[in-house]
Amino acid sequence: MSKINIKIEGHPYQVEEGLTVIDAARSCGYEIPSLCDFNHGECNQGSCRVCLVEVKGMRSLVASCVFPVFEGMEISISSPKATAARRTSVELLLSNHSINCQQCDKNGKCELLHVAKLTGARPEMFKGAQTPVTLDELNPSIVRDTSKCILCGRCVARCKNAHGNGVLGYENRGFNAIVAPAGNRPFDKTPCILCGQCVSVCPTGALMLKSEVQKVDEAMALGRHVIVQTAPAVRATLGEEFGMPIGTPVTGKMVAALRRLGFEKVYDTDFGADLTIMEEGTELLGRIQNGGVLPMITSCSPGWVNYCETYYADQLDHLSSCKSPHQMQGAIIKSYYAEKHGINPKDIFVVSVMPCTAKKFEKERPEMVNAEGLKDVDAVITTRELADMIRRSGIVFAKLPDEDFDSDIMGEASGAGVIFGVTGGVMEAALRTVYHVLTGKEHGAIAFTSVRGFDGIKESQIEINGKILRFAVAHGMKNAKVLMEQIRKGKSPYQFIEIMGCPGGCINGGGQPYVRPVFLPNEDHDILDTYMQKRASALYSEDQRNVLRQSHKNTQVQKLYEEFLGEPNSHKAHELLHTTYKGREPFRD
Amino acid sequence: MAHLSEAAVVKINEICDRYIGEKTPLIMILSDIQKEYGYIPLEVQEIVSERTGISVAEIYGVVTFYSFFSLKPNGKYVIGCCLGTACYVKGAQQIVDKFSELLGIKPGETTEDGLFTIDALRCIGACAIAPAVTINGKVYPHVEVSEVAGIIDEYKAKEAAEA
Ligand code: SF4
Ligand code: SF4
Ligand code: SF4
Ligand code: FES
Ligand code: FES
Repeated sequence: MSKINIKIEGHPYQVEEGLTVIDAARSCGYEIPSLCDFNHGECNQGSCRVCLVEVKGMRSLVASCVFPVFEGMEISISSPKATAARRTSVELLLSNHSINCQQCDKNGKCELLHVAKLTGARPEMFKGAQTPVTLDELNPSIVRDTSKCILCGRCVARCKNAHGNGVLGYENRGFNAIVAPAGNRPFDKTPCILCGQCVSVCPTGALMLKSEVQKVDEAMALGRHVIVQTAPAVRATLGEEFGMPIGTPVTGKMVAALRRLGFEKVYDTDFGADLTIMEEGTELLGRIQNGGVLPMITSCSPGWVNYCETYYADQLDHLSSCKSPHQMQGAIIKSYYAEKHGINPKDIFVVSVMPCTAKKFEKERPEMVNAEGLKDVDAVITTRELADMIRRSGIVFAKLPDEDFDSDIMGEASGAGVIFGVTGGVMEAALRTVYHVLTGKEHGAIAFTSVRGFDGIKESQIEINGKILRFAVAHGMKNAKVLMEQIRKGKSPYQFIEIMGCPGGCINGGGQPYVRPVFLPNEDHDILDTYMQKRASALYSEDQRNVLRQSHKNTQVQKLYEEFLGEPNSHKAHELLHTTYKGREPFRD
Repeated sequence: MAHLSEAAVVKINEICDRYIGEKTPLIMILSDIQKEYGYIPLEVQEIVSERTGISVAEIYGVVTFYSFFSLKPNGKYVIGCCLGTACYVKGAQQIVDKFSELLGIKPGETTEDGLFTIDALRCIGACAIAPAVTINGKVYPHVEVSEVAGIIDEYKAKEAAEA
């Protein structure tokens, strides 16, 4: 790329040609206020006018998020004309916005409030009619409140980029325009998979996750035996909520915080992940040896399961019957753990801390209830909700000591379980074990690096006992669709496929901390390009540090089979750890 | 969700296939469907989405953006009231209001008996005879508020005669 010369506030800079003014300014160390622009044009409506700047020689102000830089351009961000115009833009947005910041969950991370403050926007400058409001809180995962929507389109772009067939769009015209699923339907009557990607990019409180913190409070207040388990991807991101650099693993402090919040036991869902590998690996071998339905596809991402049930109802027998790791672990806590400790399962309340909003839905599924009518998992809180609980309690996160997970019964966990949190991780973990079961040997390179990285679809093969096992990994439904169409046409060359709902896997789940350059002054200006990699490294390095790196070597998992379940895929294992699926229509009345 | 007849699905797919290779086929597809069926409900949008790969959200956006498309079936008689500039200055708004008042529906809506739909239009090219109203192709020139009831009765009488 060739460089060109520009000036900002009279200072000369060299920037890459072809950049928009906003990105060029960013590379020079300036952050121009913006709202509808996101992630180098992932969303680029040019509609909010919050990013206006003055350019010497041009009659009108330009929207820096769409206007490209040119040789000799002289930009002023702070000229009185630009400053006043930006303030007006924000005041116009606020005039059709139901402001109640003190009650709004977005407060503290709200980009609208942020630009309002930056520009000095005054309240109620433009009084006018308000667009009619929709509040959708019918599903267990996401709340949509159009009274806070600024029509920036970031959610529309993200849903479409992640999943191809986007759920959200603009509808109606002029003053009645809204961003909504077709017909302004509630999410639970649409093909929405509840992944929360739209929530993670919304600059305001228009799309929010549904908090379950209160449920946890109530369970504690009632004196229930409250057990918490944490998904692998949470330790890789929780520190961000407390100002730590992206990619800082905080396992020990997270455990310490959970103890101080009053949880009876703090377990690692990695144990459940190891258990999943034993069950899923055995299922795969069974299918291969007995001519079962192939390729088998992983089922640990509830967003993906929702998609498959909606668009590939005719292919559900490809899904592994395994529950996801936290559901398995919940089921074991309410059976084996309860038995061992002499606790009535009815008194146990299981909380899962997850990177994911779809898990909130998953735990409510009727298939996730045991014979006594008890749910495997009672509440799912996301990384962001956990951070809220920690802040609320007055705990200073950075000052916490490092503590270990509880180690009775479910304490051991392998590095294979840790990498479940990133695309390709489940595949890698499964291969480590499948190879061992089939050959009795360990595979040379523990890391199957061909399934690492963020390519949309990754594929590879290994040779086992002279036979070739072909496998593929996809993340985001846009990519999943490619593999599913092959299957539907009977042309899939694979035996085993891993699919995760969110692009990048759980490290980029809809419940993870927001990545907003404006609120991350110490990160590089291109943090949106690198954060997934950094979060993934946190997990891979933890795997590396682990002595135990294969699920089948987890001695407590082995013991669980000896004492309680029998063997993988036994009758009892099926009853507790496996599930069923059912098709559904994309749009439901 | 109600399901469409197989014949309708075949027809809609056929319409979609007419525009394969076009750069922006959506508007053309939707126009043909609107002409064929008179409306484009969500079920139909789902089929278009499946055939073209364009999301339902996007299709719905287009259908609700252009007043030429409708989500619901129109009445037997579509009362097109021009609200273009020429008609507007000659009092077209009062004409629409009168139709609304007498039929008990807003523009864009259809009476419960399925007989009438009021459609607010942009200039229909009949400015010389403004304000103009068209009903199923028949044009009424220089319409006055006092004539509205009579126009409605004309069609009601026609219905009664046919019944
Ligand atoms: S979305 Fe932002 S500006 Fe609006 S109420 Fe919430 S915090 Fe305040
Ligand atoms: S939750 Fe996921 S699938 Fe649903 S609208 Fe948001 S991004 Fe799209
Ligand atoms: S819901 Fe949020 S992301 Fe979507 S258009 Fe509205 S403000 Fe933007
Ligand atoms: S950020 Fe540039 S117009 Fe919205
Ligand atoms: S304005 Fe009504 S016909 Fe032209």
